[in-house]
Amino acid sequence: MKKLLGTLLFLGLLWACSSDNGEAPVPPTTGNPEPTPPQEVSFERNTMLVNWADNIIIPGYEAFDATLLDLMTSFENFKTDASSSNLEAFRSSWLTSYKSWQWISMFEIGPAEVLDFRLNMNIYPTDATKIDELIISGLYDLSLPSNRAAKGFPALDYLLNGLATTDEAIVSKFNGENKEELLAYIDAVLADMKTRTASILSDWKSEYRNTFVSNDGASATASVDRFVNDYVFYYEKFLRAGKMGIPLGVFSGSTLPQNVEAFYEPEISNVLFLEGLQAVQDFFNGKHYGSDTSGESLASYLDALNTLKDGEDLTKVINDQLNKAREMVETLDAFRVEIENNDPPTDMLLAYDEVQRAVPLFKVDMVSAMSISIDFVDADGD
Amino acid sequence: MRSFQEKYVFAPKEAAPLAVFRILFGLMMFLSIVRFWSYGWIDKLYIQPNFFFSYYGFEWIKPLGGYTYMLFVICGFSSIAIALGYKYRAAAITFFLSFTYIELMDKTTYLNHYYFISLLAFLMIFLPANAYFSLDAAKNPKKAFQYIPAWCTNSIKLLLGIVYLYAGLAKLNSDWLLEAMPLKIWLPSKFDTPLLGNLLSQEWMQYAFSWAGAGYDLAIPFLLLYRRTRVFAFIMVVVFHVLTRVLFPIGMFPYIMIVSTLIFFDARIHQKLLQYIAKVFRFTKERFDNGSGLMFKSSPITKATYGVLMLFFIAQLCVPFRYLLYPGELFWTEEGYRFSWRVMLTEKSGYAQFKIVDGKSGRWFYVDNTDFLTPFQEKQMAFQSDFILEYAHFLKHNFEKDGHQEVEVYVDSQVALNGRLSTAFIDPDVNLAEQKESFEHKTWIIPFKDEIKGL
Repeated sequence: MKKLLGTLLFLGLLWACSSDNGEAPVPPTTGNPEPTPPQEVSFERNTMLVNWADNIIIPGYEAFDATLLDLMTSFENFKTDASSSNLEAFRSSWLTSYKSWQWISMFEIGPAEVLDFRLNMNIYPTDATKIDELIISGLYDLSLPSNRAAKGFPALDYLLNGLATTDEAIVSKFNGENKEELLAYIDAVLADMKTRTASILSDWKSEYRNTFVSNDGASATASVDRFVNDYVFYYEKFLRAGKMGIPLGVFSGSTLPQNVEAFYEPEISNVLFLEGLQAVQDFFNGKHYGSDTSGESLASYLDALNTLKDGEDLTKVINDQLNKAREMVETLDAFRVEIENNDPPTDMLLAYDEVQRAVPLFKVDMVSAMSISIDFVDADGD
Repeated sequence: MRSFQEKYVFAPKEAAPLAVFRILFGLMMFLSIVRFWSYGWIDKLYIQPNFFFSYYGFEWIKPLGGYTYMLFVICGFSSIAIALGYKYRAAAITFFLSFTYIELMDKTTYLNHYYFISLLAFLMIFLPANAYFSLDAAKNPKKAFQYIPAWCTNSIKLLLGIVYLYAGLAKLNSDWLLEAMPLKIWLPSKFDTPLLGNLLSQEWMQYAFSWAGAGYDLAIPFLLLYRRTRVFAFIMVVVFHVLTRVLFPIGMFPYIMIVSTLIFFDARIHQKLLQYIAKVFRFTKERFDNGSGLMFKSSPITKATYGVLMLFFIAQLCVPFRYLLYPGELFWTEEGYRFSWRVMLTEKSGYAQFKIVDGKSGRWFYVDNTDFLTPFQEKQMAFQSDFILEYAHFLKHNFEKDGHQEVEVYVDSQVALNGRLSTAFIDPDVNLAEQKESFEHKTWIIPFKDEIKGL
């Protein structure tokens, strides 16, 4: 009893101290944490945020921005000479850029969130009728929310791959009577994409990086909590549902092949999905963008928490599941072919199930281990 | 037995402690309502959602649309009337009914604290809390009494004692004591708490908190009852509840508990407090010190009151143990979990993906829960079987309304409990549309894969 009272009294004293100094500024965290005794979570969220911002997010945006520049150069060449070889080159730059996009699409936080980056860059299916109308009218403001389904990568997909059934026919469109209008529209689409990207990149580089990194606390509005929510949301809604689930019809009861990403160039839907999956996994493991080095990450955070808990190795479970999902998807034909030629598209449904199995691992196990609440639920607890 | 009755039940005691309790309780409730409203929670929790989870048997209680605000107004005004002791009995009944109605509107928001308030409000209907230092007593000196039977204050002490003791008993399990779960998950995530932050990630600290928390809950009723430890106990109450306030999003509850435990103190302290209030508002407290004592006449009403209160406390003692009637691990199935002072015992989260099958055509699809539920509702639904069943029934009706026929509902669900890896929670092959809600064990819950020992 005495011991218990002693402990209680000790807790009381601790509290008394903490309340006296409740307003005292938190000392800045130094880069080299002192050696810590075992059985302690020595994980610094700040270090992880720095790794995310400096080695993954900003380099990712920079690389993507560079691919957009290449894309614009290819377009300039195509503009001067709308030949089929230049069309090929243009398409190839588009694909490179589209792949690069898959590495940053999940970072919908801060400037990207403000600009609704994802909605402005990659709404599919694209609205081909609307694009045709806008081109003919020549009057459009692509910054309007109402035109979101008529721009970005899916619009380029339509304009590069879907204007006609053969390459010759497409090339002849770019040499036909609406040539100027067509080229002007592509110009506008590219400009819209480039401006948005440049603005987000410069925001990250100027001030948002520090805002992001210094918000390293443990509240629903702290960077880690918010970003993990966005990350899990991306995996669930955009990678799993958007790229596979919705075209498969798992939410509608009937297949929707027109909803695959890159509908007019269906061979690459899978490629884009796999890029996105790799990006999610590399981010989880803290792998630096375009490099084999890794830093503090969700994986190392889970490992640090697990040394204390001594439970199953969640990092391994998650990586294994993502690997399994990748293997399954890699065996598939083009998504559109799988969906259109099989009823039901059993192989793709089975692959989808493996993609799906990672959702509870992220959303339940990982988030619970980190004590992050999914979506900001602002209410009292017990 | 007789002397026990005389001493703790019928002996005349000063009415001041109960009057202080009434005033503080009323004010706290008023503040809680104002706080709840000011955060926009009425709109967010009771107006915005399209669907509400009901308690079994109370499906008829639903939010009232825009009139829900009226409900909170009524609740707020009745709490003020309780504080003032103005038309006390009617105010207490109104408060109990309106507050309880609010809590029954959506099971999603269930908190033990709210249940505690409802119980306390129910108990107060039967207490002569307006006998002293109240508007009622001032207006009608015939109803003013300086002394009331001991049971009137002791019943509140008993309820508080049950809450603490049962909360302590619930902590006597292997997860809490041997694994320091779930504090081992929660405390390290509070690393940005001033000063304590770094300590919270130390394992010994997590065990210290777990054991101290259990010890506190078990011991505090007795430490408060015993005169020589009372002051120390009250300091502990303050420290404990403020600490929980700092570490967890726990709302007004810590303050309510701190204030409530004042009832354990001698009347002298309450007299001083009332004296002070009287001075601030410039009236004399002495007008209430009329020396008369309230005696309950032996009448059918009195007997009925005693009967109701006896039943009330017997139920309080029994209800938390109803889980023994169910098979399986309580923390996993949560059958008999609520209304039992199981506070902060589990870190639990789940994921539930519903599959709708058209029984006629055989076509199937998955449900996007965000189409129907708020994030908060989805979170609560995903790991509680009664929520899952009610939602499955809602989905059946909703999709049959949309033209699907003979709808079957299946769920693929994963639940993680206290740091264990998530495992399947509901049998994915059971058509939930065919299952009925009842107090019986839900056979379609997949049994817990691990074992938690203890009460």
